[in-house]
This record gives sequence, C-alpha cells and structure tokens, in this order.
Amino acid sequence: MPVNTNSTGSARTLSVPRWIMPMLAGAILLIYPFLVSDYYIDIAFYFGIYALLGLSLNIVLGEVGLFDLGHAGFYAIGAYVTAILNTRYGIPIFVLLPVSGLAAALFAYIVCSPIIHLKGDYLCIVTIGVGEIVRIALINNPFDLTGGPNGVFGIDFPRIGELLVIDSSLEYYFLIWAVVGLSIIGLISLQNSRIGRAWNCIREDGIAASASGIDVRYYKLLAFVLGAGLAGIAGNIYASKLMCVSPESFSFWESCLMFCIVLIGGMGSIPGVLIGAAFISLFPEIFRPFAMYRMLVFGSVMILMMMFRPGGFWPRKRGGVSYRSLMEDSGD
Amino acid sequence: MHLLLEQLINGLTIGSFYALIALGYSMVYGVLKLINFAHGDFFTLGSYLGYTVLVFGTALLTAHFGLWGGMMAATVVAAISVSIVGIVVERLAYRPVYPAGRLPAVVSALGASIFLQNAIMVIWGPRYQAYPSQLIPNMHFQFGDIFITLLQIIILVFSFLLMSVLYYVIQRTTFGAAIRAAAHDRHTAALMGIDFNKVILFIFTLGPALGAVTGVMVGMYYRQISFTMGWNYGLKAFTATILGGIGNIPGAMFGGLILGVLEMLGASYISAAWKDVFVFLILILVLIFRPTGLFGEKVAEKV
Repeated sequence: MPVNTNSTGSARTLSVPRWIMPMLAGAILLIYPFLVSDYYIDIAFYFGIYALLGLSLNIVLGEVGLFDLGHAGFYAIGAYVTAILNTRYGIPIFVLLPVSGLAAALFAYIVCSPIIHLKGDYLCIVTIGVGEIVRIALINNPFDLTGGPNGVFGIDFPRIGELLVIDSSLEYYFLIWAVVGLSIIGLISLQNSRIGRAWNCIREDGIAASASGIDVRYYKLLAFVLGAGLAGIAGNIYASKLMCVSPESFSFWESCLMFCIVLIGGMGSIPGVLIGAAFISLFPEIFRPFAMYRMLVFGSVMILMMMFRPGGFWPRKRGGVSYRSLMEDSGD
Repeated sequence: MHLLLEQLINGLTIGSFYALIALGYSMVYGVLKLINFAHGDFFTLGSYLGYTVLVFGTALLTAHFGLWGGMMAATVVAAISVSIVGIVVERLAYRPVYPAGRLPAVVSALGASIFLQNAIMVIWGPRYQAYPSQLIPNMHFQFGDIFITLLQIIILVFSFLLMSVLYYVIQRTTFGAAIRAAAHDRHTAALMGIDFNKVILFIFTLGPALGAVTGVMVGMYYRQISFTMGWNYGLKAFTATILGGIGNIPGAMFGGLILGVLEMLGASYISAAWKDVFVFLILILVLIFRPTGLFGEKVAEKV
C-alpha cells in the first residue's frame, strides 16, 4: 500500500480527497482474489486475521496506551468458545460469532477489573500472566473441555442452513475482510467520538484526564472489553477456517506479534495497523527463499524500522500534530 | 517435612537461576526503563557457548586446568563472549532507538530477541543439545533425611557468591552509586559528572555475563538445552523482576528466589502441570495489593 505523502503536513492544500485511499484499498482488496491462486488468497486471509487482531489490540495499546502483552489470551477464549460450543452442541458458527466476542469481552472484564489500576510495565506483566494462564489452562484440559495439547477438532464451516456455506478460500477471504471493514468503520467513528477523545486524553496524560472529569478506570476497562471482544471475533473466524484449535496458536509469541503490528504501523493509527499486519503476515511469505535465515532478516528489519520510523509507518496525526507520548519518554 | 525441605532446596536452585537472569533485566530496566526482551536469549547463547566449549574443548582444557578449571574456563568464555554480544546489541539495536522513546525500544528489543534466537538456531541447529554428563561427580550429601547433590551445592554457592558481589558493587562502591543515581534521574546524574555511556556499558557487560553464567549452570543442571528456552526463562525472570519491584537490585534477587521456591512448592503440593498458573496467580495477587512489587518503593507521581 503506497504511503500517501500528500495528506501530511505542509502539502495539505494539494492533498487528494480523503476518500481516495480507502476506496483504492477497497478496490484492490475486491479484485485481488480473482487474480491469484488459492495459496495467495489464504495468505491474504491471514493478513486479514492479523489486521483484525491488530485493530483489537490497537484499541488498548494504541488508543489508551495500556501495555497489553497477553492479547492472545482473549483471542484464544474466542476461538475455544467457538470450537467447544460448535463441536459439542452443534451451534452454528455464525451464531457463535457474537457469542465468542461477548465471551472474550466478559472474560476481559472479569480479569481486568482488579488489575486495571496497575501502571505501565506492571500492567504489562500481569497481562502476560493472564495470557499464559489461559494457554496453560487450555493445555491442561480442565473438565475435559479443551482437549489438552491437541486441542479441539472438527469445527464446522460458517453456514446459514444450506443457503450460504462458507467453505472455500475465496469465501473465507471475503468473510474476514468484511469483518475487518465493518470494524474499521466502527473504530473510526469511535475515534472521533467522546469515547475516543477520552481514550487519547488518558494516553497523553492520565492525571490530567481524571482531573478533567474523565472516569479513567471506566474508559480503560471499556478499551480492554472492546479490544478483547474484537479479538474473540477474530478467534471465531480463525477457528472455523482452521477447523481445529490448539493451545500453541495462542502463545506469548502471538501477543508479541500483535504488539509489533500496532507499533510498526503507528499507535492509534488504523491505516498503520493494516500496514503492520501486512508486514507481519506477508514478510515471512515473501522471504521464504531465505529459508532458515528469514527470521534473522525479520528481526533485523524490525530493529531498522524502529531506527528510521520510530513513530511507526503511518503515525496518527490530528490537525497535523503528532502525539507527544509517541515521541517523548513517557515512562514517568 | 523432608519433602518440604527438599523442595525448598530445589526451589532455591531454580530460584537462583531466575534471580541471576532477573538481575540483568532489572539493571537495564532501572537505568534505561527498557524491558530488554533479548536478555533471555543472552542466557540461551551463554548456555550454547558453554556447551560448545565443554564438548569440543574439554580434552584440551581439562588437560591444562583440570576438570574444575575446564568448567570454570567454559563459564568464563561464555560470560565474556556473551557480554561482547550484549554490548554489540546495545550499540546496534538499542542506542539508535533511545531518543525515540520507550515503545520503539521495546519493538527493537523484540527484534533483537528474534534475531539472536534464530541466529542460535542457524548456528547450532534446531534440535535439543545435551550437555556432557558426568562432568561433576554424581555425589550427594545427606543431612538427616534430605539429599542434596554436589551440583546443587555448587550452583547455590556460586550464585549466592555472584549475587553478593553484585550487591556489594551496586550498593557499596562509588561506581554502584553512579549506577543507582543514573537509574534514579539520568539527567541530573549527567550534570553531576556521571558518564551515562559508561553506566550503559557496564550494565550491558554485566547483565549478559550473568545471564551466560546462568545458562551454563542450567545446562549442567538439566543437561538439555534448546534454542527457544530463553523465552521461558526470560519470562520467569521478568516476572521475578516485577515481583521484587522493577529496577530494584535486591528486589530482583529476592523475587527470583521466591519465584523459584513458589514454583517448586506449587509443583509438589498442588500440581506440576499447573505450577506456572500458580506462579502467575501469586504475581497478580501481589500486584493487586502492592502495585509496585514486594520491594518497590511507592513513587509519588509527577504532574
């Protein structure tokens, strides 16, 4: 996706209309799957999954600035709720789409309520802990529900009777990108709402925010609940696409990848998240010829990116001003 | 009763591993406010270097220095090489990113971690490697009902020695005072004539070296090493750092020991499969009631 240099800074008067870029991206996404083989459609599907996960973490990390390195836990809850309810009780995947989102959101509400007062890195380790607890619990197969290290098999396709059955790469591709598209529309309107402004205010200065009458605790929890809900929805689609879920898909490493998606793209920036997700999901594919050296390249590129674009590829700006917390030491 | 005592000693052994790794995290965090994700991989690298020296150099080394000398040499070689790697990583991956703030540095650290982990995989191969057995005579001592192996005693004594030296350096020497000053307020410390670059050089020499020594000890204790083990130990050590109060050197030591003991007690009295859950639950409980860790100071917020 080309970076639109016209829309930033001094060249504002020359800028192309704002709707051009999203229209262009949408058009490319619509045409793309008809030009390539199933293999590349699947790659674009996983790009979509990472985009959705990136968007979900972006609410917590990007909008409110809360360090969450356990987001894979919420993703896992969504995927396992789908897997268990579908394989045991035959509840259709589409019905479980909101259910898994709600379950992950409820889980986030329960575990985050007591820890939401923690600051910065302390919150970070607690979220890591929550993510690890979820993963270990899934491995240990509580109440014979999660199938242990092997996970749950035989998850159905999303279907509405026999009318609509999503069972090909192409259909999954459109499903995930439709969900991503709807989420983006929702998130943009959130960004421009009272809630979005409150979130950004908390990120820039929590004390000033609470002094201005913003209920910091409520808005932080809201971010966690919404972020977890979206991750749960991603888990639902992922589970039905793979037809099986296992704990290793939800490791600490996945949480780190989501963290990188948000930071590589630019905190709080929706186009940035898409670029970050593209990097994370497409890079290992593009560099497949390097075989075992590709992750060496991957690590080095991450370092280089942070050297040359520390604010991310597409940092979010409001009125041409970049956010303070991205550029300065926000530790204390 | 004797199960409890034995588990306590096992717990202290792995706790001292966590404590030594946690020191590296804590020093870096204290001065730079950076979670050094690559630290776990310094530990792995040390373990692999020690393995190579022991496997391919034992004959030569033990001929010159004897068995104990050979093992010391392996440890020292690992420590020195890894501290050089630590300094290089700091120069190449962290220093250019500091001015941009904390979060880019975290991503850079993750990148460095991925790089190191995969470099280890490329060099030594993706399979498990086994440390040579019978390095340390398989002796054990009996006190009443409890058995302690010679290896455990060596590990405990050696790590407590290292921790006391570090404690002394940080708390009692002028240089240690400089480090603590830099950790407290780096700009004022610079005005007082403290060379910040020297402080960074020091923590990135000592932290990785301690990690490497731990890596060699873990290799000897468990005999089996893999290129991914840095994640797990790194995560535990980071947990220990937070448990003790991040940036607090004695806190990191106690945090590590407490974590090790809790883990062993959880494994033997509750369930081995759930021991990590137990550890993280304790951590979360501690943080709910003491949000800055067990030994962390309450810092008034600057507005």
